[in-house]
Amino acid sequence: MPNVTLEATTHAADGRARIELRGDIDSSAREALGAAYAETAGAHEVLLDFAAVDYINSTGIALIVGMLARARADARAITARGLSRHYREIFEITRLSDFMTILDDDRTDQGDPTHE
Amino acid sequence: MRAATAAAAASGGETSPSELLAAAHEPLSAAEAQEATESFEIAPNDPLVAYFQGSVGAVDVNALDLDSPALTALRAEGVSLVVPLITNGELIGLLNVGRRLSDQDFSADDRRLLETLAAQAAPAVRVGQLVREQQAEIRARGRIEQELAVAQLIQQNFLPKQLPALGGWEVAAYYRAARAVGGDFYDFIELPDGRLGLVIGDVTDKGVPAAMVMAATRSVLRASAQRLIEPGTVLARVNDNLCPDIPENMFVTCFYGVLDPASGHLRYANAGHNLPLVAAGGESSDLRATGMPLGLLPSMSYEERETTLAPGASVLLYSDGLVEAHDREREMFGTERVVELLARGGDCNALIGELLGALDRFTGEELEQEDDITLVALRRAGGEPAGAAVLDDFKLASEPGNEREAMRRVAAAAAPFALTPERRERLKTATAEATMNAMEHGNGYRRELDVAVRVSADARALTVAISDCGGARAIAPADAPDIDAKLDGRQSPRGWGLFLIERMVDELRQRSDGDRHTVELVMNLEGGRDAERDT
Repeated sequence: MPNVTLEATTHAADGRARIELRGDIDSSAREALGAAYAETAGAHEVLLDFAAVDYINSTGIALIVGMLARARADARAITARGLSRHYREIFEITRLSDFMTILDDDRTDQGDPTHE
Repeated sequence: MRAATAAAAASGGETSPSELLAAAHEPLSAAEAQEATESFEIAPNDPLVAYFQGSVGAVDVNALDLDSPALTALRAEGVSLVVPLITNGELIGLLNVGRRLSDQDFSADDRRLLETLAAQAAPAVRVGQLVREQQAEIRARGRIEQELAVAQLIQQNFLPKQLPALGGWEVAAYYRAARAVGGDFYDFIELPDGRLGLVIGDVTDKGVPAAMVMAATRSVLRASAQRLIEPGTVLARVNDNLCPDIPENMFVTCFYGVLDPASGHLRYANAGHNLPLVAAGGESSDLRATGMPLGLLPSMSYEERETTLAPGASVLLYSDGLVEAHDREREMFGTERVVELLARGGDCNALIGELLGALDRFTGEELEQEDDITLVALRRAGGEPAGAAVLDDFKLASEPGNEREAMRRVAAAAAPFALTPERRERLKTATAEATMNAMEHGNGYRRELDVAVRVSADARALTVAISDCGGARAIAPADAPDIDAKLDGRQSPRGWGLFLIERMVDELRQRSDGDRHTVELVMNLEGGRDAERDT
């Protein structure tokens, strides 16, 4: 169980990159996230797709903060999609949402997403 | 020159040369000299001391005309020449020399040699004296520490090893000694018919005598309680037993009550102890009964009072170490804050945790605890439905990833309860984060140290208690996470755990019992945050 890791796949084209995340974002996700971000070189927009993420803990939040800091230095805009309502709340509480665009989309596993 | 060995020592020092020691010698061979060293005390008011303080150089003992017992003693020892040992202008001893083997007088050369010797020996002798004084001081300090350890041992030995198992009641007790051991004590005495004697007391004074009086009081009380039952009679008997033997200026305050757990009936008497507090049905009161402290005057009588503790009622017995603690402005903690916390209800361990937390915040961490603190809390199970129960109770090894197991089991335990999906997710996140904190900060991710998780619920709330083995350490308050600072690298990107937990649950409680540190996550079952936020 401690070795559950994150799969992060980067698709980049025309100055845009999308990082598809699958699994859990915790301390074991450090390398996968770092490598995926490294592959976005040259892009000015990076979309993080959380649709297949089940669990994000505070260490995962810290990793995302680290990625945001790098993106700011590299002048890359970050957008997130596919966040469950719960994690969207956490992104708001932690103010991660102030530094990325969060797309309202159709993930419905946590109550009614159109509620807000 | 014949063998002229001598040594002298004085405790001297800057305070007073209260025991100026001198060593006198018969003329001996050098080999024998060492063994023959004798020293005797010269009274500080002996005229010889004054004489040598004003003189330098060797002095013929026989030429002196002083009414001095020391001089007489020196002569009796066969000393013929005395050279004062002076260092830094202070007389620290005498170098005493016997007769020459040839029976001739000492020559001017002999005297010069002895004076040179004395001048060189004096600082070395002084160093020797200082070392000896220091060693004596260390021994004395060791004795004091040993005494404190003995007092502590007595004290600990006479405090209950375990809490009574009382059907329909919750009991918790806490004792924290001040640095110098005081005389606080508490006790639970099993009585016939399932009744329970409740004792809390405080012996004035500290250290071994207080601990001894505490032990005696406890023993007499235990013996009397079995035979006499009535609390006023018991205290009167204890008082009569203590009075003849108790050291002067020492006395004992003591509350004694007899509780019938089945009915909640409590009969009590009080020998001048802080009034126990009761919270029941939204009302607060104290257990007042008049009586003199124990050990002051014989043949005292003690008023007896009674009350019935209704379901849901809480009682707190405490010592003055709680209510008389001061903050930096010398303001006292007082009973008002205690009454307020007691009135909130909740379980006894949580109450004690909250009281100690409030006290620590009040006094400030750097202030040393003034007096022992003793707390005994009892709560009669309330009229809650039978659903008030432990839903799950398990332990996890401190291994990365095990927070998921905690999350899964807590979610399963919470499944039957009416929580919105969103609140369920919040409880899961709070559980995972608190478990990670426990494994990392409490247990340092040492596999063999467990994290215990207990899920319980009553009619009002679902509570997840998560404890680790880090209770002995104070919890360092974390910086509030600031995303701007984190993005600028002024703050570590980490440090979100507690911040998140606080925002996920309706109430967060923390407590330490010296071994384990416990975090309690409370989700209200009615209203709660969803009600506020989503309507």
